[in-house]
Amino acid sequence: MMMVEHDVRKCRELLGSISDYIDGILEEELCLELERHIAECKNCHIVVDTLQKTIYLYQKTSDQAAVPAEVRQRLFRSLNLENYLNR
Amino acid sequence: MKEQTATELSVDLLKSGDRAEFARMVDQFTGPLYRLAIKLHGNPQDAEDVLQNTFIQALQHISNFQERSSLSTWLYRIATNEALMVLRKRKPETTLTDAGPEAGEAEDLHPVQFVDWCCLPENELLSEEARTKLEDAVQNLPEKLRLVFLLRDIEGLSIQETSQILDLSETAVKSRLLRARLNLREQLSLYYKERLAKEPE
Repeated sequence: MMMVEHDVRKCRELLGSISDYIDGILEEELCLELERHIAECKNCHIVVDTLQKTIYLYQKTSDQAAVPAEVRQRLFRSLNLENYLNR
Repeated sequence: MKEQTATELSVDLLKSGDRAEFARMVDQFTGPLYRLAIKLHGNPQDAEDVLQNTFIQALQHISNFQERSSLSTWLYRIATNEALMVLRKRKPETTLTDAGPEAGEAEDLHPVQFVDWCCLPENELLSEEARTKLEDAVQNLPEKLRLVFLLRDIEGLSIQETSQILDLSETAVKSRLLRARLNLREQLSLYYKERLAKEPE
């Protein structure tokens, strides 16, 4: 297996950019630098992949907290909006 | 995700006291605001109180709404303030909108878990048990990180909207978002690592 000289300082330096990278708002130069680094650094590659997956899982399950019907009813009553409940 | 229909509401009608328009606004925002409150508090009763108080405040103050931000951002801001008041009643030391240096920033950034669990099948990643783990992990976040994560990644608001809602600089929002995401990744990695170990070869 090819061993790549591991520059931990680089990992730390680029860590601050990975959120912007995932959101697609990282400036191009830094973006290329980060991609070059993760192509060689297995740990950073895993961090980026699992971070993306983490956000994906939360977004995928974000619609789970539906408002219970009785909460909606109590809300409309408390705001004197009963007449609009069934619209 | 983010309400896209907010622009269809008429601020003029809302300001004139139009009940039907107010009901439409309540209808549109009940879902997102309830979700925010329940994920922030982890408690349905508190979430319901936040929801009611938010719309009562909105009704009282809509005439002062100056449209410097969107109606959506304005409502999230009220809801967030209401939610923070409930949190502060429980934990008076809670300070969520401090604009000072991000304490502990260097310490809590560094990843410790380096297991690649992305290959787990979706039904394993989103099993009932995993979903509970996802929720618990959010509850384990420090409140100020949790709030930024919920607004940005769950509600789908932009960095700019989140900074307006929380009265924070965009830099501070980004910093908290990064720490929140990395923290959640660490927690989920610990859990999925075990699932991975139990996977058949």
